Amino acid sequence: MTKVRIPTPLRQYVSGNSEVEVSGGTAGAALDNLTDQHPDLRQHLYTGDGKLRSFVNVYKGDEDIRYLDGPDTEVSDGDELSIIPSIAGGAAGGRCREL
Amino acid sequence: MQTRQPLVESPNGAGELSNDEISRYSRHLIMPEVALDGQKKLKAAKVLTVGTGGLGSPLALYLAAAGVGTLGIVDFDVVDESNLQRQILHGTSDVGRPKVESARDRIEDINPNVNVVVHEEALTSENALDIFADYDVIVDGTDNFPTRYLVNDACVLLGKPNVYGSIFRFEGQASVFWAEEGPCYRCLYPEPPPPGLVPSCAEGGVLGILPGAIGTIQATETVKLILGIGEPLIGRLMLYDALGMSFREMKLRKDPNCPVCGENPTVTELIDYQEFCGIPQAAAAEQANGVPEISVTELKRKMDAGENINVLDVREPHEYEVANIGVKLVPLGELPQRLAEFDQNENLAIHCKTGGRSAKAVKLLQDAGFENVYNVKGGITAWSEEIDPSVPKY
Repeated sequence: MTKVRIPTPLRQYVSGNSEVEVSGGTAGAALDNLTDQHPDLRQHLYTGDGKLRSFVNVYKGDEDIRYLDGPDTEVSDGDELSIIPSIAGGAAGGRCREL
Repeated sequence: MQTRQPLVESPNGAGELSNDEISRYSRHLIMPEVALDGQKKLKAAKVLTVGTGGLGSPLALYLAAAGVGTLGIVDFDVVDESNLQRQILHGTSDVGRPKVESARDRIEDINPNVNVVVHEEALTSENALDIFADYDVIVDGTDNFPTRYLVNDACVLLGKPNVYGSIFRFEGQASVFWAEEGPCYRCLYPEPPPPGLVPSCAEGGVLGILPGAIGTIQATETVKLILGIGEPLIGRLMLYDALGMSFREMKLRKDPNCPVCGENPTVTELIDYQEFCGIPQAAAAEQANGVPEISVTELKRKMDAGENINVLDVREPHEYEVANIGVKLVPLGELPQRLAEFDQNENLAIHCKTGGRSAKAVKLLQDAGFENVYNVKGGITAWSEEIDPSVPKY
């Protein structure tokens, strides 16, 4: 099983969990299993044509899978995947995007 | 002591420290890594902080105290009560004042030796290069994607380091983006999320202390770059989790295909960042798929007149506890499972905090066949402002 760390903004789509254990021999398979278990998460990770969104990075350990083998990056028991989306917060509450 | 080329050379002869300054900076001067030479570098340094909010507050306070000679501050906002939970540059008596003014007063009180340069304007593609040109290092304390990409691209085009920090709820990120030596922000995230996909800070919230931790990391990195000491966060992304109280570090790489700092850049001048981040497109789409709205005054009139209208609140229970107008609560996330509780033939007005979530709820009910549903414009915030000030605004 591979541990996937879920960042705060996406926890609402995985029942509030900060970590989810999934099976899968590659990063892509592990994420597929994750989004099968939590279908609402899928649109936040992937574009319509199944590519990882460009404001979401996935790391195996401390390496971005873009610089390993992408979705084909092998993961084995005990490996840790982290989903790291871009966040923008920092300054005035009054100027936060109200959408 | 130096591990790298300092960003600022200490001036020969000029820039001597007065006896008062020597007393003030004594704890720096006795450290060999800073010493007299380093303190003179700090005094000669020009640092720009973009934003004087959550991140800009600790940044400006510590950089001023540390003796950075010139501190530029960019902001166009005024101090609001809801800022005080985290923006420690500003005090209760500053509410309503321009942030740059209260920031300048506070910085000058901490260290009158600092030359504070005020830029009371929004950072734009038109003014960014001119404003940045005078500074050695830019510190990004902004709160939105368009400005973050603007700061990044302007720094890449000018060859300046961009000390980055960002926060959300209990989590923060920090790095140093410097295309001359490593990756830039676009290498990490080529594109921003479409508007609306990521919750805004006003709806998502942030632990007030969190920007203190991240802003202090940014201030530390800024001072290290100026002095040329230690290992900067270039090529590393620091992740901080306040709840788990853990720091993790990810490797960042320069993307050879990066549109702004890659081998064949396609972005060679500043662009329209609102457009790049999809803001006008989203606003147009919202207008095109607009949901029917009702103003708080019209809603109040209908309620008082006893007209057939039900009101639904789709916020979360912990928000309802803070402020409510005594109507039924069904959080947006539960709505799809609870449609049976509503009568399709009745008029239904839906509100949230400011109108974002309730618009989604109206769309959801329309898709389920409801025809007479309305979004309460401005949400409970507008209700508090225009109808009943005894309802607290949060």
